[in-house]
Amino acid sequence: MTVNVSWYLTLAAILFTIGAVGLLVRRNVLVMFMCVELMLNAANLTFVSFARSLDDPAGQVAVFFVLVVAAAEVVVGLGIIVAIFRRRPGSTADDAHVLKG
Amino acid sequence: MLLASASIPDALTFIVAAAIVIIGALGVVLATNPIHSALMLVMTLFGVAVLFVEEDAQFLAAVQVIVYAGAIVVLFLFVIMLLGVDRPDALAADRHVVQRTASIVLGAAVLVEVILLGGGHWTTGARSVSGSLTNSGSNVSILGKALFTTYLLPFEVTSALLVVAVVAAVVLARRTDQTSTGEPEVGEVEATELRAVRTEGAVIVSRDGE
Repeated sequence: MTVNVSWYLTLAAILFTIGAVGLLVRRNVLVMFMCVELMLNAANLTFVSFARSLDDPAGQVAVFFVLVVAAAEVVVGLGIIVAIFRRRPGSTADDAHVLKG
Repeated sequence: MLLASASIPDALTFIVAAAIVIIGALGVVLATNPIHSALMLVMTLFGVAVLFVEEDAQFLAAVQVIVYAGAIVVLFLFVIMLLGVDRPDALAADRHVVQRTASIVLGAAVLVEVILLGGGHWTTGARSVSGSLTNSGSNVSILGKALFTTYLLPFEVTSALLVVAVVAAVVLARRTDQTSTGEPEVGEVEATELRAVRTEGAVIVSRDGE
């Protein structure tokens, strides 16, 4: 027997919470972005757990799409971060709160 | 409780991978150097990949390692080193004490709620009628059949999304403030004027006086 699905869901909840608290606590834009990746991975873990427990491949297909969207999101987000840092070196999330150059 | 329902190797794999995931996630949040955060993120992603293998999602585990650890984290490290922001960014230096306390309290509340939801008997769902996921062929063939039959339209939309992301990355990364780099060349000025004339919709007259 494999490990019960509740343990995977609990681990995913812990991972999601660490990511969410990190997103709120940190001021460095890059580290905040990594915390978003942590939350995405927690959701992926939940998808795969339910795909196994319900014998449905739809969960794994959803994780596939999440991976693609995460890759696109990282590309665009890092482009925005590079554009912000080019204008104001050493800025944090607080310096970009106006969303205006 | 964990060991009672699972075999010893499965339980040990889960415990070790879960410890790797949680330590890595805490490292991402608590590390003062962004490069250390990125390396801790790699650790977490490998732990999640091990859990994917444990849950019979071998293809996703491979893709997780290749795409996340191989591409996304490398992109993070590339941007960190390109921008030179790898000096320590002290977590204690910022002054948002109220915000930090509130976020930790809210995070704890979310954690308790989600664990109660996940541990209770509310997480139900209809089991698939097509048999066991592991006995009806390899993981890649199951995923490929689902992806190219049932989910073909989302798959195609995904390709459009990737094209949009590539175009957006090129547009964002281009340096647009060319006027600040110095005096423009004479030919550039003429080209700019010609372009301005053309955009006004006027009849374009050759500047050579023809």
